[in-house]
Amino acid sequence: MTAPLLNVDALSVHFATADGELCAVDGVSFAISKGETLGIVGESGSGKSQTVLALLGLLSANGRASGRAVFNGRDLLDLPIRDLNQVRGKEVSMIFQDPMTSLNPYLSIATQMTEVLALHQRLGRSAARAQALQMLAAVGIAAPERRIDQYPHEFSGGMRQRVMIAMALLCDPHLLIADEPTTALDVTVQAQTVGLMRELQTQRDTAIILITHDLGVVAGLCDRIAVMYAGRIVETGPVDAMFSDPQHPYTRGLLTSVPRLDEITGERLATIPGNPPAITQRPRGCAYRDRCAYAFAACAEHPPPLQTVINGRAKACHLEVLP
Amino acid sequence: MLAFAFKRFLGAWPTLLILATLAFVLVRAAPGGPFDVEKSLPPEIQANLDRQYHLDEPLAKQYGRFLAGLAQGDLGPSFQYKDYTVNELIATGFPVSLRLGALAMGVALLLGLSLGVIAALRQNTFTDYAVMATAMTGISIPNFVMAPLLILLFAVALNWLPAGGWEGGHWKHTLLPVIALSLPQVAYIARLTRGSMLEVLRSNFIRTARAKGVPERWVILRHALRPALLPVVSYLGPATAAIVTGSVVVEQIFGIPGLGRYFVQGALNRDYTLVMGVVVFYGALIVAFNLLVDLIYAWLDPRIRY
Repeated sequence: MTAPLLNVDALSVHFATADGELCAVDGVSFAISKGETLGIVGESGSGKSQTVLALLGLLSANGRASGRAVFNGRDLLDLPIRDLNQVRGKEVSMIFQDPMTSLNPYLSIATQMTEVLALHQRLGRSAARAQALQMLAAVGIAAPERRIDQYPHEFSGGMRQRVMIAMALLCDPHLLIADEPTTALDVTVQAQTVGLMRELQTQRDTAIILITHDLGVVAGLCDRIAVMYAGRIVETGPVDAMFSDPQHPYTRGLLTSVPRLDEITGERLATIPGNPPAITQRPRGCAYRDRCAYAFAACAEHPPPLQTVINGRAKACHLEVLP
Repeated sequence: MLAFAFKRFLGAWPTLLILATLAFVLVRAAPGGPFDVEKSLPPEIQANLDRQYHLDEPLAKQYGRFLAGLAQGDLGPSFQYKDYTVNELIATGFPVSLRLGALAMGVALLLGLSLGVIAALRQNTFTDYAVMATAMTGISIPNFVMAPLLILLFAVALNWLPAGGWEGGHWKHTLLPVIALSLPQVAYIARLTRGSMLEVLRSNFIRTARAKGVPERWVILRHALRPALLPVVSYLGPATAAIVTGSVVVEQIFGIPGLGRYFVQGALNRDYTLVMGVVVFYGALIVAFNLLVDLIYAWLDPRIRY
């Protein structure tokens, strides 16, 4: 196997707040290869967004990332801002959760798109515009010639996310980070957006990190998934194996709480009892302990490390086998 | 856009009519009249004066005469400055006031915007605190206090600059009045800019711009400045009004022969036509400026183009 495109090792994110230092991401490690799609799944507040924001140095001012994130031989976390700006938008692109606010409402689509090409490929005005038009057409925007000179408020939510995707792919990045790209969209538009990303990925062989809490989107798009809970990865592996045979109690809990239309049983939908621990009061042992049906003495002692179960799969649980 | 401008232009006229009416009523509601002096005049002379300036007519007729004059741009003769019309007085005083006001506004914008942006970019540093503390002082000290303080310091104690006068707008005579007039506006605009800049810098589209690899300087200039300017632009209307009213006080303190001084003299002497004329003139100016502000706003924010 060749070296992975991105290798994240022991990435932690801390925020300095009035209540002291808070740990949002606690020693996360993962890798992604060319053309692969990795899904990062977890509840709100599990640290999945902060993980990827940290990769591109986009944490808010009070945030600090530590660890290593080696991309094409360079540690992104250690890169001076000038060099990082050469990676951002060119080699690694990002699309965000809320397409309604992620585009600049004061600049035309043309300005926002050609800016990327002018920066990274030194394209002139007309060449950049031509390429932007081509990209808008590729993401399925009708009449791009007319639409490109419009402003974001003249686009619907789904169309704006398409513009975001087009903008992110302008420089043919090696890695696309999508932070809940479908969460703010309605269901039919979600399906279109997922379809679009899959199509573009097969054409361009882009690696994708997809952050989501929608397991349906994961099943449709991802090769591997990493499940995050309270700032840590609790289980990771190929999507099919994880879905059919979850090894961590939390993964199983997530999967059984997805409603299924093909097996209507009349039973109540299973849920995971309780709430994730607040970031200010994470317990000493396993963070999932209080919600776990299988917790035993060791779980209160120390947090379980992420350990390989079988080839390509790892979990962070003191249980040998999930009953 | 043109239709929008035209609509706003039409909407300005009723405002001016109300303003003219208020000026007409209020100036006459003030006790005393234009020709009251220590020793009362013989009734024949009083009657002659009243007839000369149409003060013997019923109020409705005077009002009609005033409006008819306004419609032709004629503000009537001054009651106190013999042989001068109000138009002529405005023509003499306004260039001085305009120079003072424009300089003050320019300083307020230039300094206020730059200080605000710098404070925002250096949030919670010494620079930020220094700018904001100065701004707080600037807002808290009214210009009728600031002007005498400036005179005491720079004219009386240090003897660097003259205490008053105008001398055709020589910079030595302009400096202190401009400072006194612009300082509260500098302070207010700096605070406004800092606040809106900080808010804009936290928004999602700024994160998108950074994620695209746009260098921070361009993130500020291209992506953040325009939205951060919007609150400042909408403050320009009130700022004009503040500078106009401020100039009335400042001109008086520094003895500058501007429109503000004529206005104060006119108000004290019950020079009805002069007071009404200046009120309507400045009112029209402020209305026009607000109109301009609306147009700038629409130009800056594509979402409100019509």
